[in-house]
Amino acid sequence: MKNSVSLALLFAVAFAAPSLAGPTLDQVKKRDSLVCGSNPGLAGFGLPDDKGQWTGFDVEFCRAVASAIFNDPKKVRFVPLTAKDRFTALQSGEIDVLSRNTTWTQSREVGQGFEFGPVTYYDGQGFLVRKKLNVSSALELSGASICVQQGTTSELNLADYFRTHDMKYEPVAFATADETIKAYDTGRCDVFTTDMSQAYAERSKTANPDDHIVLPEVISKEPLGPAVRQGDDQWFNIVKWTHYAMVQAEELNVNSKNVDEKLKDPNPEVKRLLGVEGNFGEGLGLTQDWAYRIIKNVGNYGEVFERNLGDSSKLKIKRGLNALWTNKGLQYSPPVR
Amino acid sequence: MSAQTSAPPRISFWNDPFWRGLIFQAALALFVIALIWGAWSNALDNMARRGIPTDFSFWNKPASFDINQSLISYSAASENGRAFWVGLLNTLLVAAIGVVLSTIVGFAVGAARLSKSWLVAKLATIYVETIRNVPLLLQLLFWYNAVLKPLPAPRNSVSIFNTLFLNNRGLFMPQPLPQAGFGAVWLALAAGIAAALALRFYARKRQRETGAQTPVGPLSVALIIGLPLIVYFMAGRPLAFDIPKLKGFNFDGGMRLTPEFVALELGLTLYTASFIAEIVRAGILAVPKGQSEAAAALGLRPGPTRKLVIVPQAMRVIIPPLTSQYLNLIKNSSLAVFIGYPDLVQVFAGTVLNNTGAAVQIICITMAVYLFISLVTSFAMNLYNKRMALKER
Ligand SMILES: N[C@@H](CCC(=O)N[C@@H](CS)C(=O)NCC(=O)O)C(=O)O
Repeated sequence: MKNSVSLALLFAVAFAAPSLAGPTLDQVKKRDSLVCGSNPGLAGFGLPDDKGQWTGFDVEFCRAVASAIFNDPKKVRFVPLTAKDRFTALQSGEIDVLSRNTTWTQSREVGQGFEFGPVTYYDGQGFLVRKKLNVSSALELSGASICVQQGTTSELNLADYFRTHDMKYEPVAFATADETIKAYDTGRCDVFTTDMSQAYAERSKTANPDDHIVLPEVISKEPLGPAVRQGDDQWFNIVKWTHYAMVQAEELNVNSKNVDEKLKDPNPEVKRLLGVEGNFGEGLGLTQDWAYRIIKNVGNYGEVFERNLGDSSKLKIKRGLNALWTNKGLQYSPPVR
Repeated sequence: MSAQTSAPPRISFWNDPFWRGLIFQAALALFVIALIWGAWSNALDNMARRGIPTDFSFWNKPASFDINQSLISYSAASENGRAFWVGLLNTLLVAAIGVVLSTIVGFAVGAARLSKSWLVAKLATIYVETIRNVPLLLQLLFWYNAVLKPLPAPRNSVSIFNTLFLNNRGLFMPQPLPQAGFGAVWLALAAGIAAALALRFYARKRQRETGAQTPVGPLSVALIIGLPLIVYFMAGRPLAFDIPKLKGFNFDGGMRLTPEFVALELGLTLYTASFIAEIVRAGILAVPKGQSEAAAALGLRPGPTRKLVIVPQAMRVIIPPLTSQYLNLIKNSSLAVFIGYPDLVQVFAGTVLNNTGAAVQIICITMAVYLFISLVTSFAMNLYNKRMALKER
């Protein structure tokens, strides 16, 4: 099971006709659905609900891409991937886009043949510990056993952090998030480490979430965003501009509820975004109303954040760095023009 | 008659079975080589086009991650190649110990199944039938949680004579640190082993020539264990111990068995032993009853009958399937990844692969390594099999 993805890649590269790497958009259209690499189960980002419907912030990004192409957010097949299998799945062509709380790093992009779209969520790494250990800072963690998921930037940052501060620790690495958090919960580790946003989500999986706290230190930069294979610029542009359209919509106060009224808005920026004036979808290989479809079917960036991570969700994460640049955040879209 | 003495009838080159066979073999070999070569160069091509690394430069790049169990020195600053060796040694460690333990347990249980005691035989049957029929992965997860759950946190460790400590981070033991002069103890051990071998040789020779038997067992044990012990005390006990001490979160110093290692070893051993037990039982039952009756008729007592008549014949039946159980154990050790034991698959085909993206190279290396270990194991077992096989005299 665990190596099936790697073996699939082996066969794909060994026996595939060299022409296979055709434009992804054509393949997606022919298949009549988008294949999206997703988290197997991370509250707020990507997980199937009790009816088997995929939900979450990263999941909705794929729904937005499907909306832009098919005007139908349901035309997506989600492939759950562990941290360790995700890149091989993208390399082998098993998925069209990887939208799975994945950190954009130089080696992942340049070294493994990917391209990362814009940062959809600015995150950082944190530590979850038991309250009864009476630890209030990560600098007191010398000698601790730390559970971490393998194949993540968390595993690497952890090594860096303890090396920088000249502290000892014992890493215990597992292949899936569930095993990692379970080992932490049974007491195998003193600490569980992952991206801040996920630390809160994973805390809810422990037997008594109230017994654990997230330490204040943020030890790394974790810019999370969608990734695609290198070499298909059209597809890369579609992924990129799907995010920008959602950010731009929030900047212009266009959302899923008012988008039909906004078609009559005199503001030329709104007109261009919604395809009332000009045809900006054409260059992407999409229709004139591509952004309208995204906003109508899924919503703007703020709506998606609010629904999955913000106050209307269980996680109640503040916008923080993910606020619009006009609100002291980092979310910023180049203009559609 | 005359036709037979004349030269054999000339058959065409094409119909000569010798040449025909040769040509077909060569064509097949060429085809296979072409296929492999084609697949390889196609793979390199496809990978290069997709920006996937195709070379082995990742081997010397820094690994940047830590591993909690290593038989050689390793840190995050070491190279990926070093991480490979750490993983490989961890795999070999768990496999080697597993082979030894599962052989011991398997032979004991196999013999127990044939015990005349109803209870012993039934218990052995229950063991074999339950363990053999539950997927190994479930057993590993069970052992991991069963080993881990009831153990206390480090601060409340179970302490045995204040030198052994058991908690949910593992079993902590004093680490022996040889001091100056300990070399003499090693020498004594070597001398003891050599003396025991010489003794065995002499005993055999004497039996062949005179028929008289010499008891070698107790004397050998005395030589191998006693000699080094005497030297150890004479040299003024040149051994210090690093005793683990609770420091902050955890114990520091000493040696340790991690819960992951114990759970994996336990799971692999019990699982494989249940198969070995059946092989042993079958092997013993395969020796015809007439053999032990004949031995009895010759006046051999039950002990020597077992040792000289039953076991050598049973071993011939046991060894070949035993080899495949060893191979299964080695391959099954890669399930380590599910309980966080840093074996080759977890470290190399897991984290290193993920960090470097060199999936094809890493999977090929990993497969080759398992193939190599398996081939070496079956080669060794084949040698042993040859020694035990029926010798027509
Ligand atoms: N952002 C980090 C970490 C992402 C990650 O995989 N986080 C884990 C930590 S909880 C996760 O989501 N695991 C879910 C799973 O594999 O089941 C990265 O890209 O390496």
